[in-house]
Parts: sequence; structure tokens; C-alpha cells
Amino acid sequence: MISDITMGQFFPGKSVIHRLDPRVKLCLTVYFIVLIFCAQNFVTMAATIFMCLLGIALSRVPLKLYLKSLKPILFIVVFTGVLNLFYGTGEPLVQLGFITITRNGILNSIMIAVRIVVLILISSILTFTTSPTQLTDAIERLLKPLALLHVPVHEFAMMMTIALRFVPTLLEETEKIMAAQKARGADMESGGLVQRIQALIPVLIPLFVSAFRRAFDLATAMESRCYHGGAGRTKMKVLKFGRVDFVSLAICAAFLAAFIALNILIPPAVVR
Amino acid sequence: MAILETKNLTYTYGIGTPFEKTAVDNVSIAVEKGEFVGVIGHTGSGKSTLIQMLNGLIRPTAGQVLLAGQDIWEKPKEIRRVRFQVGMVFQYPEYQLFEETVLKDIMFGPKNMGLSDDEAMERAKEAARFTDLKPSLLEKSPFELSGGEKRRAAIAGVIAMDPEVLILDEPAAGLDPKGRDVILAQISQYHAHRNNTVLLVSHSMEDIGRTADRVLVMNGGRAEMLEPTRTVFARGDQLEPMGLRLPQITAIMRRLRAMGLPVSETVLSVDEALMELIPLLVGRKDGEVQPK
Repeated sequence: MISDITMGQFFPGKSVIHRLDPRVKLCLTVYFIVLIFCAQNFVTMAATIFMCLLGIALSRVPLKLYLKSLKPILFIVVFTGVLNLFYGTGEPLVQLGFITITRNGILNSIMIAVRIVVLILISSILTFTTSPTQLTDAIERLLKPLALLHVPVHEFAMMMTIALRFVPTLLEETEKIMAAQKARGADMESGGLVQRIQALIPVLIPLFVSAFRRAFDLATAMESRCYHGGAGRTKMKVLKFGRVDFVSLAICAAFLAAFIALNILIPPAVVR
Repeated sequence: MAILETKNLTYTYGIGTPFEKTAVDNVSIAVEKGEFVGVIGHTGSGKSTLIQMLNGLIRPTAGQVLLAGQDIWEKPKEIRRVRFQVGMVFQYPEYQLFEETVLKDIMFGPKNMGLSDDEAMERAKEAARFTDLKPSLLEKSPFELSGGEKRRAAIAGVIAMDPEVLILDEPAAGLDPKGRDVILAQISQYHAHRNNTVLLVSHSMEDIGRTADRVLVMNGGRAEMLEPTRTVFARGDQLEPMGLRLPQITAIMRRLRAMGLPVSETVLSVDEALMELIPLLVGRKDGEVQPK
């Protein structure tokens, strides 16, 4: 079923990670993603993986859900991993016709696979523990400096909030319409590519009609509550830094110092 | 033999996740050919899941659905044939309309059955007659119709498949009182004319009271009762804890009876109530109905 997709789903909770300020979470997510790609040797790599696992443990979201979020990208991980295997430099370990596998190639492919997995896990921590509203709030706040350049930051954030808000609604709607058309004998499981695309028409047209209907309804509802965009608008829940935020920022700063030192001191795993 | 039967039918959502929930729990019921069965139950009682299993839209996690004695999941590849025999009208069915014209939309089902254009058109026109859609409407875009007309066009789209069993989920929801009456009357007429089996899901006890032969009461995923309508509505005290109530007219007549008027215990429709009350009024002498 469509609703089984876990990527980007929010799981309400009260863990430390849930309580972190969304701005901090967003920045730290980017920070760790950058770190995992900068890690040159096994020590720094392991340290970053450890931080990622620590985040998972602290989030108190069942591990099963993290594993489920990895499922859709399994193919990409294997594909890039295998591809990297053949592009190593240095002394060949195995030579089979035009295929050459080197030590560097093996290390490279493992590292790439691990990096992608960690990337997904880290972003899952963010999306599992942060509601879409909090997330767009954080983005709006972080992008605020751009407003000086006349970028409509608030409108952009509002559009994103609405889009995210309606993803589950439209998924549910899609399922309902599909069920209704299947009940009229629509065949969506068999046939060639052309037939399958044609079979989508009875689903897509009602879906678009209903998406537009919802858009008009929402616009009316917003206008009847006198919504007029960002200027002078205050927030009900003002984002505020707390103790957890300062502590985690401090830890991550210390981690960064250690990371840079170790990354320079210990020779890289892949010798260029 | 029962046309539609379920044996220990069970459906559990999200098995193995923290959200695991049994929506339909060990339901064994049998519906006879030609019956008009009302389905009632509180929101979340498992009605929707149950009816979606009856035409093979949801595959049960345990138990069987038998259509004319045959397990519908015996050959999963042929499940579409079950859907032609068990027609299903969802809630707010007008949101499924998509074709350029109303006629083409009604023809969608019959054409999926593999009928020729002529046959499908014949079926569609007959279904449109049953649902009282004027021929002039048939060439319009479905999106130009009024709410009630859209609803009837969508119902016609299912009736056109001429299903042996017709399941309707809240067909009158969101319509004005006149629209409700029209739709329900058409369903009753269609049932009387075709003599097929109808399952009507509704939150309106009044609608169920005046249309159904038997009533299936769902509660917490279980089938609590499947009894003649009069029997079910004689058990008001059992319905109340399930978040259900009696039809208003039934409740009023019960109160009158409790006050001592000689009326029968379970009255199901306003017409029935009139039949009982008018003789009492005609028989009055001194301007007051005499208690027994």
C-alpha cells in the first residue's frame, strides 16, 4: 500500500531529540551529512557513525522504522557501491578481462555505501522527530536573512507547509479513488506500460479535480481568517533555545574539533 | 444457499508495527439472495473494512468470503470478476467521476467487464433510467452536474454493471433531505425491480428502519447481531452502549406506549406510525386519546 512509505514521516514523542530546537536539528543534520562525506579515515568515519547511532538511540523511535526507511534506497546503495568497486586506482587485486578490482576500489565502494546509508539515517532522525510545521518554521527562520534581498521567505515557507500537510491527505485520497475505480473493474495490475499509464487516467483526473477543490477551500478558509502573508505576523510558538540545544551544540563543536584533528593526523584510508 | 457468506473473517491492519489493529474480528455472517440488509455501527466499528473485503478490494488476513459458495480468493488473478458481481458504491462516489461525458463514465464499469460499446451503452442508459438521470444530462460533462445529480451518476456507474450484490456505503451522506429521499427511494425501487441483494451502510437509523429487511450491527470489529430489522430495533438498550440509537419514530412510539397508548412495540417508519395512530385519533370521543 502507498501509505506504507515511512520516509519523511513524523513520529510524535518526547525524547531529547524531539525536544531539540528544529533549527538546531536542521543545522546538525546538514553538519553530520557534511562530516560523513569529509571523513577520510576509519576512525573519523566510525566516530561519525557512532554519533549517528547515538542520535537514533536517543530519538526513541523504533529501530525497525529506520531500517524500513532504508529499504527504498537499497538499490542505489548497491548500485553505487558496485560501480565504485571497478573504478579504484592502484595495484590490482583481481583482474578478470576488462574488470580490475583494487584495494582502493573495495574501500571506496564500502565507504560510499556507508555514507549513503548514514545520510539517509541522519535525515530520518530529523524527519521522524520533527513535525512538518516545526521543520518549515525552522527553514523560515534560518532563511530570514534572504528577506533583505526581497526573497519571499514567508510565502515560500507557507507553501512548503501546505505541500507537506497535504501529502498524506492526497495519498489517502489516491487510495480511495483507486479502490473506487477498482470496484468498477479498473485493472491496474496487469498489461504493458501503455495500458498501465492509461489505467492511471481514471485515478489522476479525479485526484487533480479534488486537489484543486481542496486548494480553493483552503484559500477561502485562509482568507476568511484574514491571512495576509508574512508582514507583521507573529508566531504562536516562538522558537527558543533551551539547555538541550546549548549542550548538544557544545558537544557537536567539541566533536568537530576532534574530527578535524583526527582527520588530518591519521592517514586517509584510500591512498590516492 | 446464501449468496454472500463470511467465515471467521478477520482483518488486522499494520501487522508487526506499533499500529497493529484488528478492524474486523472473526465475523461469520450469511446474506441470502434478494435480501436488503442494513449495516449499522459506530465510526470505527469495522463496517468499511468489512464491506471492502466482501468485493475483494481488501484481502482478509484470516477467514473466507464465499460468493455463491465459492471462496473469492481461490483464484486471486480473477478477483476482478468478483468485483463485477459484488458492486460497491463508496462514500461520496461523485469524486470518482472522470470521463468527458456522464454516459461515458457510467459505461466505464460495463466496458471493463468486456462488453461491446453497444451493450455497455444499453446498460448505461438503463442504469441512468433507474437513477432518474435525464437523457439530456448524459451528454454533459460530469463536472457540470449538481451535487445530487453527480451522486446519482456515480451510483448509476455501479448499477450499470448489473451486480448480483450491491453494496452502498452511506449513499445519502451530505445530500439535502429531498436528495436523501430520492436516492433511497431509487435504491429501494431498484432492489424491488431487480430482486438482487443490497447491503446498505448508513448512520441514519431512520433510513435503515424504513428500507432494510435485516440489520447487521457491527461493534468493535465484531458482528454483534444480524437479525430482522424489527428485532434489532426492539433492543434499544443493547444498541445504546454501542453508540447507536433507535430511529426517532421508533423511540417516540415506544414512549407513547410507555404512557399507555395501545401501539405496537417496535414501529419502523413514519407511515407505520400513522397507520397505528390515525385509528386512535378517529376513535377518540371527548377530544383526548384514551389510555387503555
